[in-house]
Amino acid sequence: MSDPLIEIRGLRKIYRVGKVDVPALRGVDLDVPKGEFLAIVGPSGSGKSTLFHIIGGLTPATGGSVRIAGQDISSLTDAGRTELRKQKVGFVFQKFNLLPNLTAADNIAVARYIAGRGQIEEPEFQETLTLLGIAGRLSHKPSALSGGEQQRVAIARAIVNHPAILLADEPTGNLDTENSAAVLDVIRGLNRRLGQTILMITHNPEAAAFAHRTVRMRDGRIVG
Amino acid sequence: MTGRLVLENLKHKPMRSLLSVFLIAVPVTLILCLVGLSEGMLADSARRARGIGADIVIRPPKTSILSLSGAPIPQKLVDVLQQKPHVALAMGMIVHPITSVTFISGIDLQHFNQMSGGFRYLEGGPFQGPDDLIIDQYYAQQHHLHPGDYVTDILNHRWHVCGVAEGGKLAHLSVPMATLQDLTGNTGKVSQVFVKVDRIANIPAVMAELKALLPDYNIYTMEEFTSLLTVENVGGLNTFIDVMVGIGVVIGFAVVLLSMYMAVLQRTREIGILKALGASRWFILKIILAEALVMGVGGTIVGIALSFVARALIQWLYPASLTQAVTPLWWPIAGAISLTGVLLGALYPGLSAAAQDPIEALAYE
Repeated sequence: MSDPLIEIRGLRKIYRVGKVDVPALRGVDLDVPKGEFLAIVGPSGSGKSTLFHIIGGLTPATGGSVRIAGQDISSLTDAGRTELRKQKVGFVFQKFNLLPNLTAADNIAVARYIAGRGQIEEPEFQETLTLLGIAGRLSHKPSALSGGEQQRVAIARAIVNHPAILLADEPTGNLDTENSAAVLDVIRGLNRRLGQTILMITHNPEAAAFAHRTVRMRDGRIVG
Repeated sequence: MTGRLVLENLKHKPMRSLLSVFLIAVPVTLILCLVGLSEGMLADSARRARGIGADIVIRPPKTSILSLSGAPIPQKLVDVLQQKPHVALAMGMIVHPITSVTFISGIDLQHFNQMSGGFRYLEGGPFQGPDDLIIDQYYAQQHHLHPGDYVTDILNHRWHVCGVAEGGKLAHLSVPMATLQDLTGNTGKVSQVFVKVDRIANIPAVMAELKALLPDYNIYTMEEFTSLLTVENVGGLNTFIDVMVGIGVVIGFAVVLLSMYMAVLQRTREIGILKALGASRWFILKIILAEALVMGVGGTIVGIALSFVARALIQWLYPASLTQAVTPLWWPIAGAISLTGVLLGALYPGLSAAAQDPIEALAYE
C-alpha cells in the first residue's frame, strides 16, 4: 500500500488567550490516502477548524507532526507555509471569501497569479468551469452572484492551481438546500473525475454522507 | 493582476481615493506656487530693472539685492557722476515701499525718458503737476484706476492719476522725485543711481572708476544685478522653501498614512483571503505601496494642474502685486517630494497588513 498523502501524528495545538493556555488539539493521529474524500464532523470547539488551519499552513502546530506528500510541514517557517498554501492547498470557506472588488474570473485568476502561473489556458479547466456551472457568470462581481454561484467560483479558485489537497470548511453552511446539494455534487464530482483529495468540515450528516469516510472530533481529539 | 487589484481597490472607494489624491495635491500645489512666486517675482524685478535702460546700478552700502532702506545717497552725487568720462547719463531715483511687495518710485521723468526711451502710455500721459502719479497697466487693473482718478492711501497724500503705462519698466507706481523726497523726509537724497555709458565697450572702465570713487557702495553692471536676482541670493528664501518642502512631505505622509490605514482596516478580510491563497508578505506590501503610489502620482498631476489654476487666480486678482512663474523643472521635484511622503505614509499600514495573521484576518467582520 502506498504512503498516505496526509500523515498526522500526535498533533497538538495550544492557543494562548490572555494568560490562559487553551488546548485546541490534544494529540491527533490521522492518515488520508491520495484521492480520498474525507468528511470531518464534530461540535463547535472540537478542533476541526484548527486541524484544517494547520494542514493548510495557516498556523503552525504546537507539537506533533504533519506530513503532506512526504514533506513535514510542522517545522515550516512562515515563508514555507506561504509556499505550501500557494502550491499544495486550496481552501473553500463557509463565507465564500471572494474578493468583492474583482469579477469571478479575476478572483480565479488572482490565485493563479499568486502561485506564479500564467493565464488559465488549460482546456480541462474550462471544462471544469462548465461543470461548475459558472462559465457564463465569470464577468460578474460577487455581489451579482447567488450564494451557490459564489461558492462554485470559490471552488474553481481553490482548484485552479491543481492543489494536492482541497480543504472545504463548512462549504454549504451558508447555502440553502438546493444550492448545498449542487455544491456537494460539484465537490464529489471533482473527487471522482479528477481524483482530487478533499477534506471537508461539516455539521450536516447529509453533507458528510457525500464523502468516502467520516471522522468525528471532540475536545481536540479524533473519537471515531 | 497587481495593477487590476490596485485599480479595483481604488475604484471600490472612489470618494476616499479622490479625497486622498486631492489632499496629496495640496502640498504639491503649495510648493509649486511658492517656488513659482519666488522665481516669478524675482524675474519680474529683473525685467523691470532691465526696462530702465541703464548699464550700471549704484546702490548704497549695506543694502541687500532686493531691498533698499531709505534714501541715503546725496543727490549731488548724481551730478558728480554725470561729469565722469564715458557717462552718457546718470539718473537718481528714490524708492519707497508701500506694501511688502509693492514700491513707489520717485523719478525725474525727463532723465528717465532719456535713459529708457520713456513710458508707453495706454491711457493719459506724463506728469503735469507735482502730485501726479503714473501707474502701470497691472496696478490699474488690480485697483480699477484710470487717468483722472485720485489715490489717497499712499503716504497719506492725494495723488492724481495722470497716466497708465505699459508694464515692464521701473515700479508699478511712479511719481515726481521731489514730491516723494519731501513726503518721505529725504529731500536732496536718492535711493539708487542708474548710469548709462556712452558705449558698451566702456562699461568696464566706468565700473572701475566708480568702484574707486565709491568703495563702500554696491556697484553692479545691469547684467550682474539682474543675474543676482535669484532664489539663492535672497536671504532665507531657500530655507523657507525647504520648510515648505518638509511640510509637503509631512502632509503627504499623514494623508496617505490615514487613508491607507483605514483602507487596510476595511480590507482586513481581503488581506486574509489573499494570504490564504498563498500571497507573501511582500505581495501584500506591494499592493498597498502600489495603491499609494498611484494616488501619489495622481496627486502630483492634480497638484501641477492646480498650480496653473492658482497662477491664473493670482494673475486675475493681484496682477500688480504677485507674479507666479511656471516652473516645470520643479514638477519632478514636487512629484518626488510628494511620492516620498506617500510611500513613507503607506509603509506602516502596508507592513501591518503584510504581518496580519491570516486566520484572524479571515475571521474579521
